[in-house]
Amino acid sequence: MKSNNLSSEEQEQWTEIIEPGKSLFALDLASVWRYRDLLMLFVKRDFISTYKQTILGPLWFFIAPIFTTITFTIIFGRVAQISTEGIPPVLFYMSGIIGWNYFSTCLTNTSTTFRDNAGIFGKVYFPRLIIPLSTIITNLIKFSIQFLMFIGFWLFFIYKDASITPNSYILLTPLLIVLMAGLGLGFGMIISSFTTKYKDLVFLLQFGVQLLMYATPIIYPLSTIPEKYKWIIIANPMTSVIETFRYAFLGSGTFNLSHLIYSLGFMIILLFLGIVIFNKTEKTFIDTV
Amino acid sequence: MSTVIKVENLSKQYRLGSIGTGTLTHDVQRWWANMRGKEDPFLKIGDENQRDGKGGSDYVWSLKDINFDVQQGEVLGIIGKNGAGKSTLLKLLTKVTAPTTGSVKIRGRVASLLEVGTGFHPELTGRENIFLNGAILGMTKQEVKNKFDEIVDFSGIEKYIDTPVKRYSSGMYVRLAFAVAAHLEPEILIIDEVLAVGDAEFQKKCLGKMKAIGKEGRTILFVSHNIQAIESLCDRVILLNNGLKLPEISKKETIKLYIDNSLSATIKESKQGVRENIEHGKRARINNIQIKPSFAWQENVKLSFEIEKIDTIIEDIEFGVGIDSISGVRICTFESKESYSLNDANKMTFEVIFNQPTLVPGNYLVSIGVRSLAQTLDFLEFVHEFTINEINQDGKHFGFTLGESSGYIDTNVEVITKKD
Repeated sequence: MKSNNLSSEEQEQWTEIIEPGKSLFALDLASVWRYRDLLMLFVKRDFISTYKQTILGPLWFFIAPIFTTITFTIIFGRVAQISTEGIPPVLFYMSGIIGWNYFSTCLTNTSTTFRDNAGIFGKVYFPRLIIPLSTIITNLIKFSIQFLMFIGFWLFFIYKDASITPNSYILLTPLLIVLMAGLGLGFGMIISSFTTKYKDLVFLLQFGVQLLMYATPIIYPLSTIPEKYKWIIIANPMTSVIETFRYAFLGSGTFNLSHLIYSLGFMIILLFLGIVIFNKTEKTFIDTV
Repeated sequence: MSTVIKVENLSKQYRLGSIGTGTLTHDVQRWWANMRGKEDPFLKIGDENQRDGKGGSDYVWSLKDINFDVQQGEVLGIIGKNGAGKSTLLKLLTKVTAPTTGSVKIRGRVASLLEVGTGFHPELTGRENIFLNGAILGMTKQEVKNKFDEIVDFSGIEKYIDTPVKRYSSGMYVRLAFAVAAHLEPEILIIDEVLAVGDAEFQKKCLGKMKAIGKEGRTILFVSHNIQAIESLCDRVILLNNGLKLPEISKKETIKLYIDNSLSATIKESKQGVRENIEHGKRARINNIQIKPSFAWQENVKLSFEIEKIDTIIEDIEFGVGIDSISGVRICTFESKESYSLNDANKMTFEVIFNQPTLVPGNYLVSIGVRSLAQTLDFLEFVHEFTINEINQDGKHFGFTLGESSGYIDTNVEVITKKD
């Protein structure tokens, strides 16, 4: 054996040691950084491929939330006559929809990470975390476009109507975006990891996201919920995100710091759990997917 | 020279069968053992990896206690039958999946090529895919940029570089994909049977490029069934059999052992060809066809088969053996020159020897037909494939002097020379 001649010092210079993987917290952020070019290329790929061979192209980013807003305005505003607390219904619904869309697309897209990419994952190694991160960024771009659209409507209504009272809580917007992304990513990674072997959760997710939307004050203000059931809605970490967003831009609803801190804590724990489970899964998922 | 890869007691266990409620019980048992700090109860069991044998256990060791070192600049070949564990070994080395026990230590940047064109997106253009594929294989954007012109040049599809790859012919697709892979510059390159795809020209190009990489002093791990490629490229060869690594012997002996091994495996009970005509095989059947999967160039091609009688009396049996090119072109035939009778026996074995066949190295197919009094009794088309290797038994190579194609027949020609 030639290797026996090596000094022990040289023996330790391995750049990589592949082992059955016992450590749960070996989060290799350095290698994620090394593959940052790949991350951006995945974002570009997703972005380009989604709207290739469509006539309207990126205009679809606007069309979907506008139509949802119109539908909500008619169904919930006019027919069901749910209160919007004096806020123009278009702004009320749109503010909820774009935030919720960002969270739910992050969640549903990352939840299929392992299944959708089994082909690539089975052939080449790169930090698996790249894929969910690229999903988050791709959706962030979509969200930003929709957010700009919202700002357009918002400015128009401010010019026309004085009932909107934006306030300095607008500065919290970046935190709200991080919360939405983090919650979506965390839930998504956990579901993605759990569905490599047993696919039951896929079915839960299909209707779960929709049900969760009704447990979030998107189509109704939090204030209309009877005290008795309010805790259910508040337990949903997305509630304070949507409420704060609405409060900051429209001045409706409430701002509750403790609720926001609850969401932040929830996100941190969820994200931590998600990364741990994801890391554990990525090592051998290809055997069971 | 220093060790760049050190594989120690590497094992990988797989579970057989499908995943369902039943596997949950095992998962719970495993988790419970884990919680109590005990060893995984399923690690102790498991059959060795043998495809055809019937296993008693649900678990199988795809690889068991593999140990080897690779030195810097070495070109290591890994051979073995289908299912011997070659691909599993590569998957472990490239971190696609984690080992069950044991470890791999690596020094240097690794790039793996388990497939050509991993991650190509059909909607993206050739240009975009070069960057994407390069990044997936571990290159940075800048590295791809620096090599971009070379890559396009090597692929030879400059004209289509801004067209989505879904519009490419499969040949163009493969060319582009390999061009990217060929310009990776890792310290360690791990290659699976990528040469299996593409035409002969492409395969030659790949081999040439790999030779060049090997000469640059980079380490290569190469898995292939292509014995010629292994022979000409590799410095050292490892033979895997049923998930175990056979003791290392010289490269030449390893290759010989592998060929002999695979012969004994394939020469076993031959698979029955599909009979297209339902009348065939009713009165008599062709059984037990045996032919080696590969012959040296200029070696006698020998095959044997049985004719089994099902009817009571069959007389005037005649048979024919045809050799076809892999594309189905009949190259030569043999029609029996006499007729045989099967009245006094149940079956009859025939051994047919093509003396000094003049076939050009390549792959060929065998067809066998039997008839009696103008009625076809049985006909098995393309029942076996065999290869004529490029080297004859004296070690002389067949020379492709005339370029890619030399036809099928290397005719017996008398050459008269005269010097002035």
